[in-house]
Amino acid sequence: MAAEAEPGPSAVVDTTDGGPAMRWVVTPLLAAFEPPMRWLQTKLGLRGLPYVFLLPTMAIFGLFSFLPALLNIYISFTGGASTILADRPFVGLRNYEALLACESIFVPKSCPVSGFGFWTGMWNTLLFAVIQVPIMTAVALATAIVLNREIRARGFWRALFFYPVMLSPVVVAVVWDWVLKRRGILNAGLTEFAEMRNALAAWGPLETVAKIAALLVVAALARRLWTLRAKGAWAVAALVACAGAAAWLVFAWDVRATVATQAWRPVNWLADANSSWPFFWVVFVYTWSHLGFFMLILLAGLQAIPRDLYEAAEMDGTPKWRAFVRITVPLLMPTLLVVLVLSLIRAFQIFDEVYVLTGGGPGTATRMVIQEIYESAFVSDAKLYGVAAAASVLLAGVILVLTLVQLALTRRKAGA
Amino acid sequence: MATLELSSVRKSFGATNVIHGIDLAIAHGEFCVFVGPSGCGKSTLLRMIAGLESVSGGEVRIDGKRVNELGASERGLAMVFQSYALYPHMSVRKNLSFGLENVRMPQAEIDRRVAEAARMLRLEPYLERRPGALSGGQRQRVAIGRAVVREPKIFLFDEPLSNLDAELRVRMRAELGALHERIGNTMIYVTHDQVEAMTLADRIAVLRDGRCEQFAAPLELYNAPANEFVAGFIGSPRMNFLKGTLAAAGAGDASVALAVGGEVHATGLTAAGAKRPTAGEPVTLGVRPEHLQLVAPGAGQADMKVDLTEQLGGESYIYGSLAEGATLVVRLAGQTRIERGQSVGVDFAGSSSLHLFDGEGKALARRTA
Amino acid sequence: MGRAIAFLTRTRNPGRVDWTDLLAYAYLVLGVLLILAPVVWLFVSSFKSQRALIESDPRFLPYEQVTAVLPGSSRPVNLVEWTAPDGTTRILAQLRLSGANVVLADPAKPDETFQVPRRDTRPHEIVRARFENYSEPTLGGGAAGTFRFGLYFGNSVFVTVVATLMTLAISSMAAFALAKYRFAGRDVFMLLIVATLLMPATVILVPLFIVVKNFGMLDSLWGVIIPGAATPTGVFLLRQYMLTIPDELIEAARMDSASEWKIYYKIVLPLALPAIAVLAILSIIWRWNDFLWPLVVLSRSETFTLQLGLSSFKGEMLDATHYLLAMTVLTLLPVTFVFAFLQKYITTGIANTGMK
Repeated sequence: MAAEAEPGPSAVVDTTDGGPAMRWVVTPLLAAFEPPMRWLQTKLGLRGLPYVFLLPTMAIFGLFSFLPALLNIYISFTGGASTILADRPFVGLRNYEALLACESIFVPKSCPVSGFGFWTGMWNTLLFAVIQVPIMTAVALATAIVLNREIRARGFWRALFFYPVMLSPVVVAVVWDWVLKRRGILNAGLTEFAEMRNALAAWGPLETVAKIAALLVVAALARRLWTLRAKGAWAVAALVACAGAAAWLVFAWDVRATVATQAWRPVNWLADANSSWPFFWVVFVYTWSHLGFFMLILLAGLQAIPRDLYEAAEMDGTPKWRAFVRITVPLLMPTLLVVLVLSLIRAFQIFDEVYVLTGGGPGTATRMVIQEIYESAFVSDAKLYGVAAAASVLLAGVILVLTLVQLALTRRKAGA
Repeated sequence: MATLELSSVRKSFGATNVIHGIDLAIAHGEFCVFVGPSGCGKSTLLRMIAGLESVSGGEVRIDGKRVNELGASERGLAMVFQSYALYPHMSVRKNLSFGLENVRMPQAEIDRRVAEAARMLRLEPYLERRPGALSGGQRQRVAIGRAVVREPKIFLFDEPLSNLDAELRVRMRAELGALHERIGNTMIYVTHDQVEAMTLADRIAVLRDGRCEQFAAPLELYNAPANEFVAGFIGSPRMNFLKGTLAAAGAGDASVALAVGGEVHATGLTAAGAKRPTAGEPVTLGVRPEHLQLVAPGAGQADMKVDLTEQLGGESYIYGSLAEGATLVVRLAGQTRIERGQSVGVDFAGSSSLHLFDGEGKALARRTA
Repeated sequence: MGRAIAFLTRTRNPGRVDWTDLLAYAYLVLGVLLILAPVVWLFVSSFKSQRALIESDPRFLPYEQVTAVLPGSSRPVNLVEWTAPDGTTRILAQLRLSGANVVLADPAKPDETFQVPRRDTRPHEIVRARFENYSEPTLGGGAAGTFRFGLYFGNSVFVTVVATLMTLAISSMAAFALAKYRFAGRDVFMLLIVATLLMPATVILVPLFIVVKNFGMLDSLWGVIIPGAATPTGVFLLRQYMLTIPDELIEAARMDSASEWKIYYKIVLPLALPAIAVLAILSIIWRWNDFLWPLVVLSRSETFTLQLGLSSFKGEMLDATHYLLAMTVLTLLPVTFVFAFLQKYITTGIANTGMK
C-alpha cells in the first residue's frame, strides 16, 4: 500500500535541509571544485569521470593499505633497525625462525626470545577470544532480548547500555583501574559486605525471621504448584519436594552459619600474579565497554523480525518459550553469526584497553599479541621491525580467515 | 456452532478512544465484513476479537461465553494477516502444521489436516517450498491454509487481499467466497474496499471513527442507508448530495427547496426513521448517479452545466456543476451525445430512487425503486 | 491501591501478572548500576582531596580533614571533634597520639594540652569539592603542569574534525562513482575496497609506520589523519544508500545540463545526508577514541591527542591520582555531552548499519 511504502528520497530532502553549516560552508566549498571538475569532464568524458571520483579513496588505500600489506611481507624477510628499506639486509626466514623455532609452540618457554613473546601473546589472545566472545555474545543477546520487550523508556535503557562504547579505551581503563585498586571501592565494598553479614549473623531474631521468610517463599511456590497439579506427575513431585524443603528449612537449616563469613581480605585485582583475577578483569572490562555495540546489532536483528509473526504464533497457541526457540532463534541466527565472527575479529586485535589497564601484566598474564608486535617494533631498543612484521604476517593469516568467514556470512544474510 | 457478540465494546490507548462502544451480534456461519475508511478502527476491533488487543470496556462473547480475559490462543479463532505473517524459515508444510504441533495433536491427524487443506487450496506442489519461493497468491493461500487446518470456530481476515494485484484480488475473492460456501464457518473480514465487502458479505458493518454506522446486508446498505455517511460510502461513484430546506412534508410526500435554487416535490416516500419530518428543517437530498434523470434545460428542477463527460462505451458519466459550486454526477446507460459546456436540466423528482437526510445526516425518508 | 497494583501489573493480557516483566526490569536496573556506578564513582572521586584518595575514603561525598596552624608553629595539625563525658562536643587540635589516648589542645590555647581516649574523638571534616584538581593541571600553578588539556583537546578536535570531513568527502565521492556509474573495472574496485577489510592497521603496523615515516608525517597530526581517511565501511555504507536514489533524478539533472560534479554535490550528497550523518558519527567515535595508531605516530607531547595525553599522564603521575581522575573526567565529558544530546541518532544510526 502506498501509505506504507518506504519514504522516497524526495521525502528525505524535505527533512534534511542541512542547516546553515551546509548552506554557508560546505556547499560553497564544493562549488569551488566545479570549474576544474567541469574541465575534467570535457577532457575525459562521462566514461573517465568515475575514476576521478574514485581516485582519492583508492590513492589512500593504495599507499596506506595495499603498499604496507606488501611491504609487510618484504620487511618480514629483512633485518636491522633501519626504517629505510634499502638499508635493511635480507635475512631470509630468520625472523620466522625467531618466532617459530620452538620445541613446541604450545610451550612458549621452549621458543627463542621473540618466539616466547609472540606465542605467549598468541595463546593469551586466543584464550581471551575463546572466553570473551561467547560471554559477550550471550550477555549482548540477553540484553537485546530484554530491551526488545515492551518496556517503558526503551530508548533510555538502550542508550545507557551503549554509553561505554562511546568512552575511549584509556578512559575505560582509568575508570576500572580506580575501582579495582587494592584499596579501591570494590574491595572496600566487599569488606563492608562481609562485615554486614557478620553483624547480621549476630542479630538476635535472625533465625526466626529468616525461617519465616523462607517458608513464605516455599508456600507461595507450593500454592502455584497446587493449581498446576492436574498438569502432570511432575507438579505433584515438586509439591512433595516443597514439603521436604520446608521441613529441612525449619529443623536442619543453620541460618547463622549460612550468613556468617570470614572477613574479606582485599585482593589486588589487577596485579595478583597468583590468581586469574587480572585476566578475568581484562575480559570483564573489555566486555563492559563493547557490549553495547553488539547489543545494538542484535536488537536491530530482533526488531527486524516482523511483529505479526509473533501474533500469528500467538493465534496458533504457541507458548512464549516455543515461539522463542522456533521463531526468534532461527530468524536471528544470521545476525548472531555475524556478531560472533565480528567480535572474534575484534577480540584478536585487542590492545588498547589491556595496554592501559594492566600493561600486559602481571608478568605476561595479560600480554596480547598486538602488544608484543607493538613493543618489539617501537618500544624495545632493538627495534625489531623484521620480527614484528613476521609476527604481523602470522597474525594476518588468522584475521584473514576470520574476515573471509564474516564476509561470507554478511553476504548470505544480505541475500536471504 | 460459533456465534460472536460484542456489547458496548470500547478500546482506548491512553487517553484516546479508538472504539466507542460497539454492539454487534454475528450468527453462526455468517460471513461478516467490517468496512470503513482507514483509521475507523476496523482492524483494532478485529484484533480485539482475536485477543491480540486488550478490551478496555464492554464484553466480547463467543458462543455466549465471555472471552475478554482469554488469551489469543485460548479463544479457538484463526486469523489471516494482511502481511500473511508466514514463518519465512519454515516450509509450507511446517507453516501449516506449526499451530497443530503446539497443541500436541497426533502426527497422523496433523498429516491428514495438512493434506486436506493443501488439496483444497491447491498447495500440494509447494508443500516443501519456503514462503520466499512462492508468488503472492500462493502465499495468500498458505496463510488461509494455516487458518483452515486449525478448524477454528471463527476465521478472522485482516485485509487479506490488499497486497495482491487487481486481477489476483478478484480471483482470490471468488476463492474466499467458495471457501466459505464449502466449510460454512463463521468468518469476519476486514477491508476498506467496498467491492470486496459487497461481493463477499452476508452482512456488512460500516465503521466510522470507532462507531458502527450500520450493520446490515449489502443491498440493504445500498437501498436503505441509515445515514449520509453510509449512503456516501457504499456505491461508486458516490451518491450526490444537495443541501436544502424542507418546504412542506406530508404522509408520503415532501417538498425540498434546494439551496442551489428550485424546489423538488417528491412523492411515494416511506419514512426511514421514527422521526417525523417537519417543515422548515434543513435537509439533504441524496440521489445516486444511476438514479438521476436528465431532461431538457428548464424542464427539471435545476439546470446543470456539463464540465466533463466520460464515455465508457457501455455506460457514460456526466460531471456537471449547478449554481454555487454544487456538483453532480450522473450515470447514463449506453452512450450519450451530451458534450462539455452544454446545459442540461436535472429532474430530481423523477429519480427512480431518492433519499432525504435530516440536519444531522440521519435518514428521514426515502423512495426506492 | 488497587489502581496502583493494576498499573504495576498491566501487561498485554489484562489480569495476568507476568513475572518475566519483573525479571526484565531487575536485569535492566542491575545492568545500569554496573555501567554507571564506576563512571559516577570516578566522577565524585575526582573532587576529593589527594589525602582522601590516598586513604581510599570509601564515602560518596568529598570529605576533607580540617587543619589549623597553631600559634608558635608552622606545621598544620588536624582538628578533631571530641565528645566530652558530659555529652558536649568541642573542636580541638590533635597534637600527637599517646597509646590509646590522644593529646589535644584548644587551638586558641595551644599550651593547655590534655589527654582523652582516642575513641571519644573523631576527625573534624567538612564536605568540599576540590576544583583545584581540575584547574591546577590545566591552568598550571599547581605541582603538576604536565597535562596540557587545552593543547591535547585542540589536537583531538583537529584530528577528529579534519579526518571526519576527509572521510566524508572522499568516501561519498567513491560511493557515488560505484553506485551511479557503469564503467570498466567497477567490480575490481569493489573487490579491492573489500580487500582492505583484511588489512586493518593493527596487522600492518610496522610497514604503515615506515611508509608514514618516509612521507615525513611522523610526529605530525596528518600522519594520524590521512592513513585512516579512507574506510571500506564508509564507502559501502554510502554506496548502499546511494543505490536507493533513483537514476531518473540524475538523468533529469543531466538533461538540465548539470555537470557531473554538480550532480554529485547538489543532488546526490543532500539526498544521502542520512547515511552521511551515520558515517560522520561513526568516524567521530573512531577518531576521538583512537589509541594505537596515534601512539605509534606521535611521540612529542605537543602533538598528543587527549587519549595519548591521558595515557602518558597516567604513567607519569603515579602519586597524583587526584589530577589523573579529574583529567579523565575532562576527557570523557565531551563525549558524554555529545552522546546525551545525540544518543537517539547515534544508536539508531549504528543499529541500522550494523557495522563499526
